[in-house]
Amino acid sequence: MLLFLVIFDSVIADDVSLLMVLVDTNPFFWSTTNNALSFSKFLSHVLAFLNSTLLLNQLNQVVVIATGFNSCDYVYDSSSNSVAPNQRTERLLQKLEEFVIKDEQLSKEESADGIGSSLLSGSLSMALCYIQRVFRSGPLHPQPRILCLHGSPDGPQQYVAIMNAIFSAQRSMVPIDSCVIGAQHSAFLQQASYITGGVYLKPQQLDGLFQYLATVFATDLHSRNFLQLPKPVGVDFRASCFCHKNTIDMGYICSVCLSIFCKHHKKCSTCGSVFGQAQTNAPSTSKQKRKSPDT
Amino acid sequence: MRNSHTRVHRRAHQTYKHQFDVCYLLTKNCCILIVESMNNIEHREFNNGEGRQFNKEAEEEEEEDEDEGNGRGLDAWERAYADERSWESLQEDESGLLRPIDNKTLYHAQYRRRLRSLSSTASAPRIQKGLIRYLYIVIDLSKAAAEMDFRPSRMAVIAKQTEAFIREFFDQNPLSQIGLVIIRDGIAQCLTDLGGSPESHIKALMGKLECSGDSSLQNALDLVHDYLNQNPSYGHREVLILYSALSTCDPGDIMETIQKCKKSKIRCSVIGVSAEMFICKHLCQETGGSYSVALDEPHLKELVMEHAPPPPAIAEFAIANLIKMGFPQRAAEGVISICSCHKEAKVGGGYTCPRCKARVCELPTECRICGLTLVSSPHLARSYHHLFPITPFDDVSPSILNNPHQRLPKNCFGCQESLLNPGNKPSIRVACPKCKQHFCLDCDIYIHESLHNCPGCESLRHSKSDSDT
Ligand SMILES: [Zn+2]
Ligand SMILES: [Zn+2]
Ligand SMILES: [Zn+2]
Ligand SMILES: [Zn+2]
Ligand SMILES: [Zn+2]
Ligand SMILES: [Zn+2]
Repeated sequence: MLLFLVIFDSVIADDVSLLMVLVDTNPFFWSTTNNALSFSKFLSHVLAFLNSTLLLNQLNQVVVIATGFNSCDYVYDSSSNSVAPNQRTERLLQKLEEFVIKDEQLSKEESADGIGSSLLSGSLSMALCYIQRVFRSGPLHPQPRILCLHGSPDGPQQYVAIMNAIFSAQRSMVPIDSCVIGAQHSAFLQQASYITGGVYLKPQQLDGLFQYLATVFATDLHSRNFLQLPKPVGVDFRASCFCHKNTIDMGYICSVCLSIFCKHHKKCSTCGSVFGQAQTNAPSTSKQKRKSPDT
Repeated sequence: MRNSHTRVHRRAHQTYKHQFDVCYLLTKNCCILIVESMNNIEHREFNNGEGRQFNKEAEEEEEEDEDEGNGRGLDAWERAYADERSWESLQEDESGLLRPIDNKTLYHAQYRRRLRSLSSTASAPRIQKGLIRYLYIVIDLSKAAAEMDFRPSRMAVIAKQTEAFIREFFDQNPLSQIGLVIIRDGIAQCLTDLGGSPESHIKALMGKLECSGDSSLQNALDLVHDYLNQNPSYGHREVLILYSALSTCDPGDIMETIQKCKKSKIRCSVIGVSAEMFICKHLCQETGGSYSVALDEPHLKELVMEHAPPPPAIAEFAIANLIKMGFPQRAAEGVISICSCHKEAKVGGGYTCPRCKARVCELPTECRICGLTLVSSPHLARSYHHLFPITPFDDVSPSILNNPHQRLPKNCFGCQESLLNPGNKPSIRVACPKCKQHFCLDCDIYIHESLHNCPGCESLRHSKSDSDT
């Protein structure tokens, strides 16, 4: 009997999910004409998905964070008591509308040309803080995962912050799933999903978005082991040099700050160190010297 | 009293069972033992005042019955727990849950002190860190390591902390290398060469855990010196000695060895587990390392972990240099080729050296064929937070908190936790000096120790472009 209860408890723990959904609300992305999917259509797919996730297990929890152009904010938390289940949709839409209006007001006149990037680093950081709070709440917390519904192109200036968030998620074993609804692949999210063991998906037919979401992203982490999920396609781990932003195969790295350069410089532009001789092969020769007497 | 005791008892049983799935230790006087084990292992679950609970309270009753019947007198190991009176560090909250006394604010205060000391040393406009480190860990496995003032023994505790340290070290210093040396029977012995794979070090260490004989500081330093002296000069050479003995049994003059290390720019740090020794202190002072003596296991852990973040770069210790590196692409799936590291034919996976096109299985590594250092860009990115650290948050002063006219945020910006005390009064919080958002103390620690991003600054476009320029 006792044993049974223990098993029963652990079963409850491993298929209860906490789903953090990061919704891209970048107005510059959603207003582009070549978009196959309008924002309202997109929302109806997502709302159906969120509702079905909550119905899959009554202990499931969903938190929605809006990733805006000028700010990020929590728009919905299914665990807060103020929302009755039947008003879920209205409440979420109302908060989202408030957020979008506020986000627009923050916008400065000289906005970027083309589609700017949205603040993915901010919403990822917030989601991770929320997940830490759930971890703190006790040993039997729901299994957290992050789902990025993202369309805007990557913002190179967010690179360090996004990588920091990815590594922190990896340390806490939180998978970052990504569903890219934009025209291009997102290198950031490819790396995020690859490093954290999440699923990266770029749906072909955006009008069937709900099906993609429901089949790939709705199952809890335990059941994922039994599913044939999209395999990671090639992830580009090549670096780009700090001087020209070119993607390079081979380069020079400052031993003090690890900045990457495509050719030899006298002085590091990041940390200001002055370099001595270029040491291309020194490590390997010294290694061989050391190894030979041993073997 | 009786009531609260059973409450403690039950709660303890429940927790204990969840943690380990064992119930054979549930004797009548197990209360002390289990409180101790909870205190050591898991603090988290006692803070769950408002968190959601999925466990049912029903099963508690059943264990209660099994407890009766086989009570016996205190064994020696049980007495040890009784002597330490560890249950005194627990208190009960309103709902009858156990929690450690004031643990949170204490821990936070400790963390703030650490953060402040870190930021004061790194006040230079451009932070330079020794990101490429060659570190030898020297573990003293003389017979002094068998003593049991640490439980179960010094050796076991040191091995456990070393394992945690090795993992943390590679997480924070992805391009650095570690080697392991042990001292036993007066001889220093090299367990593993400098290398970048945490698993191989941990496996080698766990396979060699027995201790005997005397300890010899000089032999260890001589050995490490010979190895480190051959490493390239742009790397930081370091030795971390975990010393159990109270003496050293040396073949020659140890002062000469210390001077030799100093000349080779090897930074030696010692963590003792017994008492302070002059020769260790002298060694650390001469070579620029740090010396500390651990009081108990948590303190030892803290001291060991202090060596994980990269030290500030010291120009005279390591010469700045440009290192040539390759960024291999992941090889196409389904292609069969022979890897140069294991010399096995493998299907798919692996990376191709951009210079000689040899296949390697894992990054970072050094190409076996042409010697090029191979890394991937995420490996480099792992270190960038040391170079772009986020500013420490400021405490929000009590005068602001108590000012009724000030409108303060009700929730933590990061995790949405309520920042109000039960009486609807604003509680202790910290604020980011840049974006002015308020955070709870838990988020403060998480943001600075693991995340390395301020969620507030990251979710504001203008503040970000300001800080960039
Ligand atoms: Zn360049
Ligand atoms: Zn540099
Ligand atoms: Zn191999
Ligand atoms: Zn090669
Ligand atoms: Zn918080
Ligand atoms: Zn901030």
